[in-house]
Amino acid sequence: MREEGIPSGKTAIEGIQKDKRTFKNSRNSIMDKTMPAFLLFCAVISILTTVGIVYILFTETYHFFQKVPFKEFIASGTWSPLFEPKQFGIWPLLSGTLLITVIACLVAIPLGLAAAIYLSEYAPKAVRKVIKPILEVLAGVPTIVYGYFALTFMTPIIRVLFPDVGIFNALSAGIVVGIMIIPMVCSLSEDAMSAVPRSLRDGAYALGATKFEVALKIVVPAAFSGIVASSVLAFSRAIGETMIVTVAAGATPKLTANPFDSIQTMTAYIVQVSLGDTPHGTVEYGSIFAVGATLFLITFVLNIVAQYLAKRFREEY
Amino acid sequence: MNTIIEIDKLNLFYSDFHALRNVSLEIPEKAITAFIGPSGCGKSTLLRTFNRMNDMIQGTRIEGVCAIGGTDIYSDEVDVETLRKRVGMVFQQPNPFPKSIYDNIAYGPRLHGIKDRKKLDEIVETSLRSAALWEEVKDHLKRSAFSISGGQQQRLCIARALAVEPDILLMDEATSALDPISTLKIEELAQELKDRYTIVMVTHNMHQAARVSQQTVFFLNGEVVEYSDTEQLFSNPNDQRTEDYISGRFG
Ligand SMILES: Nc1ncnc2c1ncn2[C@@H]1O[C@H](COP(=O)(O)OP(=O)(O)OP(=O)(O)O)[C@@H](O)[C@H]1O
Ligand SMILES: [Mg+2]
Repeated sequence: MREEGIPSGKTAIEGIQKDKRTFKNSRNSIMDKTMPAFLLFCAVISILTTVGIVYILFTETYHFFQKVPFKEFIASGTWSPLFEPKQFGIWPLLSGTLLITVIACLVAIPLGLAAAIYLSEYAPKAVRKVIKPILEVLAGVPTIVYGYFALTFMTPIIRVLFPDVGIFNALSAGIVVGIMIIPMVCSLSEDAMSAVPRSLRDGAYALGATKFEVALKIVVPAAFSGIVASSVLAFSRAIGETMIVTVAAGATPKLTANPFDSIQTMTAYIVQVSLGDTPHGTVEYGSIFAVGATLFLITFVLNIVAQYLAKRFREEY
Repeated sequence: MNTIIEIDKLNLFYSDFHALRNVSLEIPEKAITAFIGPSGCGKSTLLRTFNRMNDMIQGTRIEGVCAIGGTDIYSDEVDVETLRKRVGMVFQQPNPFPKSIYDNIAYGPRLHGIKDRKKLDEIVETSLRSAALWEEVKDHLKRSAFSISGGQQQRLCIARALAVEPDILLMDEATSALDPISTLKIEELAQELKDRYTIVMVTHNMHQAARVSQQTVFFLNGEVVEYSDTEQLFSNPNDQRTEDYISGRFG
């Protein structure tokens, strides 16, 4: 082999020197130099945008709290920015958001998890190959479509079962938000479960465990932090959901835990004010930034929690 | 010696790949049988037919008879979970569950319905003693199974398999991921266990086969070339191919 590389009658050094010209880069070296700069530029733009958004959010929030005492914001139980006397207590919006989120999670986490267990432990390869992409497509359906699905399909069903319920209610919107995030819970949990090594399953099967026992007692616990991370992400997605609740949950900020009530979430309030003709600089206008900042903080913390859990789960086995 | 596993004209296909060809074999009770042969010749495949782990691989097809204790384990009335309780398995890589040492051992018994704490404690201790691990871990049973060394983990896996009181223990290259000292420990352990259990082990290490087993089976390309008393197989093989293999001329 070696002899072939170096022509006979020449020393090794001569052979290497002859090869030298092939080390020159014949391709366009300008591209090699400009490309990283361009990519860096793109990265910087997206970071700057985020920083800008956060900056505006918090300066406007600061201005808002110059006019409205912070104490009122966190202590008052009434949110009535559009009528006199104006009151800016965040609790009604927060409880509305929480109500929707809890209903959504009650729907999405069990169903998504069950679907994930099916996909990762039971489904034949062919089935999984079909269902996984479908889930991803479902996750891409515009949420306004789900909003009208809630209003024109889910609400009538609820009103057949419970005739006293109004058109706008938290239950319908909550269920549909839940349906919307099922694919996400399912897909992320499935990833976590598929990452559980085969050898663990084999170990359990070899002890005489059934498929169900392996799924429930080996795979789910081993993937647990991944599953929790997906649930936390789903939770934060439900908190941020806007269109479905704007369309189907109503516009009545109310401190309540009754799912049949019409409520308003933080996101829906922001939409309502942005779409109205509230002039720039008024307290109402400022309030959406305060609400937005609250929302931002909540989802920010949740995402950090989710990431922390996801990291822990990577290190587990 | 009594025969416990009896295989007659067994053929196994992975989809259209013919992995075991017309295998006929008898495995004696309460002794160590070693499977040797070059990589890919079907040793693990045959081992996995004994506890029906091949069932889990899509497209596997089996013809012929594989009987354990006189029952064809591929007949319809056989319950796979009960079979696997009787035929334990230890894998090439130690694969403890991400649980405590205690819970690893207790997993099998709990699965099969033992809930009583005292009884579980007892099983954990006897199993760990049988696997020569008790002295090393008795003070930290609650620690994660990952906190012990690879060799200890492998003995933990043996203890875990013993905890469901199997008759047969299958070991698929159980020492190949371990250092020489851990390997030696497990070989000694196998020697002790063979008085109570039937052990079938796959090994790439011919010295190991010669050292620990009473019967050796030589595989080649999905066929059993020959099987006999270990001493006889290594000192005086019947088949030329066996001789070539054990003298290191191929494989
Ligand atoms: N799941 C599978 N699907 C298809 N073919 C397989 C599968 N598992 C094993 N085989 C094939 O069957 C043959 C026997 O494999 P097996 O794992 O039993 O060999 P082995 O003797 O244990 O080898 P090694 O010593 O390398 O572990 C090999 O040719 C392998 O490629
Ligand atoms: Mg093998």
